[in-house]
Amino acid sequence: MADDRLMIAGREFKSRLWVGTGKYKDFAETKKAIEVSGADVVTVAVRRVNITDRSRENLLDYIDPKKYTILPNTAGCYTVEDAVRYSRLARAAGVSDLVKLEVLGDEKTLFPDTAGLIEAAKILIKEGFIVLPYTNDDPIVAKKLVDIGCPAVMPLAAPIGSGLGIRNPYNLKIIMETVKVPIIVDAGVGTASDAALAMEYGADAVLMNTAIAGAQDPIAMAEAMKYAVHAGRLAYKAGRIPRKLYATASSPIEGML
Amino acid sequence: MQNAINIYVNGDARTWRSGATVEELLRELDIKTERVAVELNLEILDRAAFAQRQIKDGDRLEIMSFIGGGSFPRGQHGR
Repeated sequence: MADDRLMIAGREFKSRLWVGTGKYKDFAETKKAIEVSGADVVTVAVRRVNITDRSRENLLDYIDPKKYTILPNTAGCYTVEDAVRYSRLARAAGVSDLVKLEVLGDEKTLFPDTAGLIEAAKILIKEGFIVLPYTNDDPIVAKKLVDIGCPAVMPLAAPIGSGLGIRNPYNLKIIMETVKVPIIVDAGVGTASDAALAMEYGADAVLMNTAIAGAQDPIAMAEAMKYAVHAGRLAYKAGRIPRKLYATASSPIEGML
Repeated sequence: MQNAINIYVNGDARTWRSGATVEELLRELDIKTERVAVELNLEILDRAAFAQRQIKDGDRLEIMSFIGGGSFPRGQHGR
């Protein structure tokens, strides 16, 4: 599938697995997991620099921005104002105009506040940002986000970090049919089969963090996810057989005794 | 300290010398200017302005950078 590249806003991505960089034991483990996963997009959060302890290393000493597309996110933002502020800070910190926009609704579910999301996206798009919105599995909201200029949408599979897998495959399928931009299933993946399923449904990519970083062996899970996303994509392109209630013999009847 | 000013850097009160620029402050705090964003009294500064912009008494600076993160709320960094 050498020519099966993902294109978003004129940028080409090699990998259909995108990964987060949080919750790892240390930067060495983060780096190794990302390498093994084959991901070329890594998402990062924007936070205050630790001034009192300057011995602490920087994530970007380990993740080379020349090698990876660094996708800053607005994780932790619960208001439009915060999400816009963090996006601007991310751009000023100097990687690119890309932002994975999150406007969260509440701390318990971390579900997106989709009204706030649309409002923040409008502001940022006007300022020239390439907004990749973390959204609910809501086809109407996904369409609105595309209509205002988002070049991709990132619907959740399940709550962030829940590992519940795809809770509403039918909504995801409707989103895939109704919007004509790449769909990146973001959040809620628990294990390899969840990622494969998302790709089989027709997702263009899958973004995950906890499923890898929180696994007993993150490096091994990173590898599993790489194959799962690849297998799911291949199966989607190959086209699965329809489901039927009764058997259809695979072997011919002719020649039997 | 002569002509000392009181400023806030990333939420902490600090005493600094009057007339210092943002660039000098970053250097003296041992912060590399690449890949950091500086917000001065809610205004995000262009990197080119670091060398010119002087900090004044009462200024609030936020010095931000990238950290590991996928999607998690504030403070929930543990595994």
